[in-house]
Amino acid sequence: MKLFREAIIILGIYLLGEFISEVLSLPIPGNILGMIILLFLLCTKIIKLEQIETIANFLLDHLAFFFIPAGVALMTSVDIIKDSWLKLIVVCIATTIIIIASTGLIVQYITRKNNKRGEKLEHINK
Amino acid sequence: MNTLTNNLLFGVVLSLVAFELGLYINRKTKLPLLNPLLIAIALVIAFLVAFNIDFEVYNNGAKFINMFLGPATVILAVPLYKQIESLKKHSKAILTGVFFGSIIGMFSVMGLSYILGLDAMIIKSLLPKSVTTPIGIELSSQIGGIVPITVLAIILTGIIGAIMGPTICKIFKITDRVAVGVSLGTAAHAIGTTKALEIGETEGAMSGLSIGIAGLMTVFIAPLSYSFGHYLYTIFIK
Repeated sequence: MKLFREAIIILGIYLLGEFISEVLSLPIPGNILGMIILLFLLCTKIIKLEQIETIANFLLDHLAFFFIPAGVALMTSVDIIKDSWLKLIVVCIATTIIIIASTGLIVQYITRKNNKRGEKLEHINK
Repeated sequence: MNTLTNNLLFGVVLSLVAFELGLYINRKTKLPLLNPLLIAIALVIAFLVAFNIDFEVYNNGAKFINMFLGPATVILAVPLYKQIESLKKHSKAILTGVFFGSIIGMFSVMGLSYILGLDAMIIKSLLPKSVTTPIGIELSSQIGGIVPITVLAIILTGIIGAIMGPTICKIFKITDRVAVGVSLGTAAHAIGTTKALEIGETEGAMSGLSIGIAGLMTVFIAPLSYSFGHYLYTIFIK
């Protein structure tokens, strides 16, 4: 019975997200709004992790499986990428390098600056 | 054969068997290139082509699997919540890094695709390629991309990130544990996170955290980035 109760919570939040997105005609998809609502409810402890744990683990552990039909649909768009699959791979490789390098360097720069400031403060406090 | 394939369960069972095989092959070989989802998709397509079965026939049943995508996105709040303490500790570095990393990523996708002469439809499909699949699927259909191409690009990006990530970090002298984790999660979502977990616990946690943050940020940034990129294109090139 616990699983049903968990399903009610998750599907209810999902439905609420879809509803808000539709009624306010927001540019944010309903399932993303649902994610934000759930995060808010967890942070404010209105919903506790234990109340949704079974269904959360089930969905998260098998996440990749749910993408199979969306991937298999590639069959229907073969004509569109037939001539550009190599370019597609080039874009994926190049931009992945760019994102890893830029994100990593920005995060490292800020954490190092913060650490230095932290050390200085410690020095002054001594 | 027709009575078998016309049953709604056909698509579901075929997907389940293909995924089990994908997991098995991945476990045996331990090669990131042989990603279980990629194998499963390839096996299903190969099966359908070999037996001359239409995608629609498969999808009659398989479309019920899609029903899980919505709740699966909602549930992404759970791993984000579990890591919220580490986010608070490095919030400025993580949020700034993910924000600019995602923007730079989207503009490099648009720029490079333009140079290579890719179709506008394909560019839209590639834009959400660094986020986690459920969010990417939603975003792609929202901005007018082709969802299956997005799914393919997302898996490829994840595999590329997992294979090349550690080397890229070495070349650019990114050694900070938080930075390595955040960059892998931002660029290569869950597949990158698997690699980050191999490198270390901090790296893995940071990478996992970045999946949700990058996904959320991209939802807000992608439509704007695309309009802005298109605007630049019409001003300077047309």
